[in-house]
Amino acid sequence: MIPGIEKGQGEPEFVRAYRARAWDAFARMKLPATTEEAWRRTDIRKLDAGRFAPAAPDEAHPDPPIWLLEPLAGDKHGGQITITPNGVEAFLDNELAEKGVVFTDLKTAIRKHPETLEKVLGQLVNAEEDKLSALAGAFAEQGVLLYVPKGVVVETPLHSVLWGPGVGNAYFSHLLVWMEEGSSATYVHEYASPTENGQVLHSGIVEVHVGEAANLRFVELQSWGENVWNFTHERARVDRAGELDWIFGAVGSHLTKNFSEIDLVGEGATGRMSGFYFTDGVQHFDHDTQQNHNAPHTTSDLLFKGALEDQSRSVWQGMIYVAPGAQKTDGYQANRNLVLSREARADSIPGLEILADDVRCTHGATVGKVDPEEVFYLRSRGIPEGEAERLIVEGFFDPIMQRIPFDKVRQRLEQGIVDKLS
Amino acid sequence: MAQLEIKNLHVCIGENEIIKGLDLVVGQGEIHALMGPNGSGKSTLAYALMGHPSYQVTAGDILFDGESLLEMAPDERSHLGMFLAFQYPVAIPGVTVANFLRTAINGHRQAKNPDDKGMPIPEFRKVLKEKMDLLQMDHGFAGRYLNDGFSGGEKKRAEILQMATLEPRIAILDETDSGLDIDALRTVAEGVNALQGPDLGVLVITHYQRLLNYIKPDYVHVMFSGMIVESGGPELALQLEEQGYDWIREKHGEANAVSAATGDS
Repeated sequence: MIPGIEKGQGEPEFVRAYRARAWDAFARMKLPATTEEAWRRTDIRKLDAGRFAPAAPDEAHPDPPIWLLEPLAGDKHGGQITITPNGVEAFLDNELAEKGVVFTDLKTAIRKHPETLEKVLGQLVNAEEDKLSALAGAFAEQGVLLYVPKGVVVETPLHSVLWGPGVGNAYFSHLLVWMEEGSSATYVHEYASPTENGQVLHSGIVEVHVGEAANLRFVELQSWGENVWNFTHERARVDRAGELDWIFGAVGSHLTKNFSEIDLVGEGATGRMSGFYFTDGVQHFDHDTQQNHNAPHTTSDLLFKGALEDQSRSVWQGMIYVAPGAQKTDGYQANRNLVLSREARADSIPGLEILADDVRCTHGATVGKVDPEEVFYLRSRGIPEGEAERLIVEGFFDPIMQRIPFDKVRQRLEQGIVDKLS
Repeated sequence: MAQLEIKNLHVCIGENEIIKGLDLVVGQGEIHALMGPNGSGKSTLAYALMGHPSYQVTAGDILFDGESLLEMAPDERSHLGMFLAFQYPVAIPGVTVANFLRTAINGHRQAKNPDDKGMPIPEFRKVLKEKMDLLQMDHGFAGRYLNDGFSGGEKKRAEILQMATLEPRIAILDETDSGLDIDALRTVAEGVNALQGPDLGVLVITHYQRLLNYIKPDYVHVMFSGMIVESGGPELALQLEEQGYDWIREKHGEANAVSAATGDS
């Protein structure tokens, strides 16, 4: 049942130990329940947990659509990894490989780059956080390791896709990113699958280290089919003068519970988190974000914006933490929601915990509706009702689009708006 | 000849009847001024003509070229050639003037031809530039978010820019002079005059005579208590300027002026 443990495929000792600890935690823990604060608004009792099996190769699995594999952050890829239950396709530009860049799938990383993997595996996310993260830690076969050596600037963006079709399949993923001092890269990862009739489970862990004065633009797109129950535990650590620009775009899944944290651990570290989400039908997205200022002169800036249609629901719960002594920090968090139907509901819960005295922290949370006066104004100019609503929604998301420096990522999200409104 | 014909119009907001049997005909090529004290129902008329959902027409009709507008949505009225310059233009954050106007133009094109693919962007840019030049507007205006953070004068100019771009056949200017200093007023009036011609009928709604120094009306009507109580030529506006509205109240009865209490103008 546990790859690499029971099958004894000779994974290195640190991987085996990591998986064994996670497995112990998994066996020990119960599924999260709404009695726990972090899960109070997300009920997963309908997850048919006993019915899943790890995804296996099957000719019946559809291939990922071509559009999913197109470059999003530029005209071409410096490297691309496509992970499906039928196998992995990976390539990396020779020039980058020669400079020591590693960009490979998890199984290959375990075999060929254990020393690099060991730097990051389990260093940022505690797999024992809950039963679902434990599951990801113990089982993760689908994953990516990105390593950028000191001072190396990766000009062309890197792209990976996890394609997860098949009712009853469970996908366990682990993304590991290590940016050495002074390095720079743009990395886009997408989770996607077709919408099918029956549950699919995904549990993922994301661990990111941005070293001193390193710079990472990290885009995560979530386009799961609307039958997927999606859980992720993600944490990025930014060292002195490092910069992380972290972008989330979520339109898919039946239910998502996402924990994303940023740890600013060195002076002058900067973390920006930008989230776009749009729910419809009976989708339920729950984003739990945390911005930890553990060092002085650190800056964090979070903006999550979401729109909701039909009977869908979103939760955003954010926290800015400023550690004792982390003076001159500047923390910002805002969550804005636009509720487009009477039955949709958005909860927005900001939070601050400040243990230093010379800081600037601000937050804001709003849940609003489309103003009928705006609709009337637009319609009076000959814009039909549906188009008027689309314009207003696009306008609402504009501040997020302004934060995304990639045309094609923006276009994808704009297409998401059109699809959700049609 | 396209004309707007308002026949025995009654309009309610909720339980309150604001317009109480109003008749007016505005032909293309004509400029009509509609004046009246606050609370007489002028803005209610403007919104009702454009089809605001909060204003119910309970009796009478609004005809455009003989066709009733009552069952038409605001966008359909716009497609026919109706235009309302708002007293309080609404801000649409995140939507640029250019994006908005292009969507509006395409809405009109697609109403005429459902297969229309929309105005090509280069052509749209050219049209927009021409109209902005006509109204002596900075081209940077096109990139700003619609009415978001605009000054009073900018909002009113943006209204006239929309009018210039959409080329309506009947335009209603609702208190376009309110909140403008004399220079802004002149600019806006010049804009309207530049669009004036045999194809455009204009209904200028105003409380004060001063706008009419710049936009010369052919006809002046006085509205009071939800009805038109006086009609005449430009001299009527001058009379109101000199004498105020007191003689109207005396002549047509203070008792009817209940709508002032609603705060509607």
